[in-house]
Amino acid sequence: MEKVSVITGTAVPLKRSNVDTDQIIPAVFLKRVTKTGFDDALFHGWRQDPEFVINRPEFQGATVLIAGPDFGTGSSREHAVWALRDFGFRAVISPRFADIFRGNSGKQGLLTGTVTEEQVEALWAAIDANPGVDATVDLEARTVSVGDVTFPFDIDDYTRWRLMEGLDDIALTLREEQKITEFEGTRAAWRPTTLPAR
Amino acid sequence: MSTETPSAERSAASAAAPRTLAEKVWADHVVVAGENGEPDLIYIDLHLVHEVTSPQAFDGLRQASRQLRRPDLTIATEDHNTPTLAIDRPIADPTSRIQIETLRKNAEEFGVRIHSLGDVEQGIVHVVGPQLGLTMPGITVVCGDSHTSTHGAFGAMAFGIGTSEVEHVMATQTLPLKPFKTMAITVEGELRPGVTAKDIILAVIAKIGTGGGQGYVLEYRGSAIRSLSMDGRMTICNMSIEAGARAGMVAPDQTTYDYLKGRAHAPEGQDWDDAVAYWETLKSDDDAVFDAEVFLDANELEPFVTWGTNPGQGVSLSEPVPDPAQIADPNARAAAERALEYMDLEAGTPMKDIPVDAVFMGSCTNSRIEDLRAFASIIQGQKKADGVRVMVVPGSARVRLEAEAEGIDKIVEAFGAEWRFAGCSMCLGMNPDQLAPGERCASTSNRNFEGRQGKGGRTHLVSPLVAAATAIRGTLSSPWDLAQDGGDAVSPVTPSTEEVAV
Repeated sequence: MEKVSVITGTAVPLKRSNVDTDQIIPAVFLKRVTKTGFDDALFHGWRQDPEFVINRPEFQGATVLIAGPDFGTGSSREHAVWALRDFGFRAVISPRFADIFRGNSGKQGLLTGTVTEEQVEALWAAIDANPGVDATVDLEARTVSVGDVTFPFDIDDYTRWRLMEGLDDIALTLREEQKITEFEGTRAAWRPTTLPAR
Repeated sequence: MSTETPSAERSAASAAAPRTLAEKVWADHVVVAGENGEPDLIYIDLHLVHEVTSPQAFDGLRQASRQLRRPDLTIATEDHNTPTLAIDRPIADPTSRIQIETLRKNAEEFGVRIHSLGDVEQGIVHVVGPQLGLTMPGITVVCGDSHTSTHGAFGAMAFGIGTSEVEHVMATQTLPLKPFKTMAITVEGELRPGVTAKDIILAVIAKIGTGGGQGYVLEYRGSAIRSLSMDGRMTICNMSIEAGARAGMVAPDQTTYDYLKGRAHAPEGQDWDDAVAYWETLKSDDDAVFDAEVFLDANELEPFVTWGTNPGQGVSLSEPVPDPAQIADPNARAAAERALEYMDLEAGTPMKDIPVDAVFMGSCTNSRIEDLRAFASIIQGQKKADGVRVMVVPGSARVRLEAEAEGIDKIVEAFGAEWRFAGCSMCLGMNPDQLAPGERCASTSNRNFEGRQGKGGRTHLVSPLVAAATAIRGTLSSPWDLAQDGGDAVSPVTPSTEEVAV
């Protein structure tokens, strides 16, 4: 995974709460068997409206999404993260993320930073004052800036470390393979097995 | 105790401390305890796989030349994409067909047991696990599907994961996880006839909101939960994710054991006795401390229905569409305004005056045999309302056969509804079962998101009983309304008056 440190790019204000993963990518686009090629599906329903924020010319090429609370609720589809990433987003800032979405993001190199609702409002105001302005998301310093407005954001230490190091979770876990094997040796006989089929 | 410290960490610090059900199951699966803020490495007992979230994970294994560590703890079925008509014919949509064929090829290559279309065990992954007896108390269950929380009804720790985590479980049979906080949801009292598990969970979500459970595992407890069947408990745990919680649990009891005993993969003989002895320990200790607690009075509950575009936007069926102007929180108010516009509803309209175009009876929330029985008990001998499309989709091929043995298919067809083959179907409309733009549907599924059941479609989440009554009357209705119409098909539901419908 690519290492993440400082992300600078156009910031998009998505002034909606409860942006569920069905909005980020509707189910009909989940039929691909690859991890790429989802950019056209991102926000497919909302994008039919030419006035929808990411359609506007000043926000083309954006890399930072600043959204209302409860972003990424609903379905576990990691396609939501792939679609955001394919479209060009590198960071999402919101007052609250759904757990599964946040976990999926961390494993795919998409930074998710949490700020307060008031801070999101202030970031939106800073963008509204200067549409197309860059945001800077500094993972090392844990800050997000738009123009003169800078706030600290929350991200858990472990996810931050993995993002900054670009680490692959599976390789990390396989270092513990001996302990996994030992644990399996203690597994009770009543616990389920799918094979042989009964 | 601080609410900042996840409770599993607290209990690790003091082994003798009273523990919740969730903490006990967690502790029994820690392979490596995380230090300095690192996650615990948690062992996974059962990995359920379906066609949509697995192809990229299998591909990842191949690219890294990794093996699937435990095919014997893995099982696959086809559900999200599958047609519910003409299942003996090739799947018409080429991208759906490729995804299904990819799952079959991957299952063969990696030695995964698979139940394909046409197999008696094929069906929605969350119906298949319990029906095979693979889902049991005290185990960890994951699946690349957020409704994996369903399996928590057995006292399992079960949660949805993304595709990266699917690959991780395939390669290691573990997941690195931070401990969840714990929330007790206590539902005391007795449900009135016509009020069901679905109404409980819709009311819970309306109360705590779609983000209320974020970071928590929910434990449902209290007399109203204890008196529910396993099918009812599964309905409740299924929708934990709609409150933002990855997992929901119910402590196992005799109801759980009676459901499991004799199922294909349930333990037998000495293993059964050992299992029950362990399962008996899986109760939250009397003095265990939850990080948060929520109470709900079952006696007061009415049939519930959503009016908006997230599952927290719900009211009792006897109420009107809420007025966004009355909502204090600006974000919630804006969301309500947007929702009413999308749903084409006016504040103040009685919910019961809202006509529907379609009724969907199915999904991993409500497609088990009891759900179908409940639906059939209301529609028996009736005709559906003119112009309303009614689709009944059993959760699995086995449920379908069981229902047919009871004559439910005949009741459904005589009513004028469609009796389909098993799958996720119109819950998410990945297959041809979709709403047309602007169509309004009373649905026993779990998500009323914009476009969820088809682009431009409008969804009201309801119980099977409400779905049935709505299909008869053509407007959002409960069996209580049928009684007032003078119908005699409302058994076992007692008549109600406006006074009763508080």
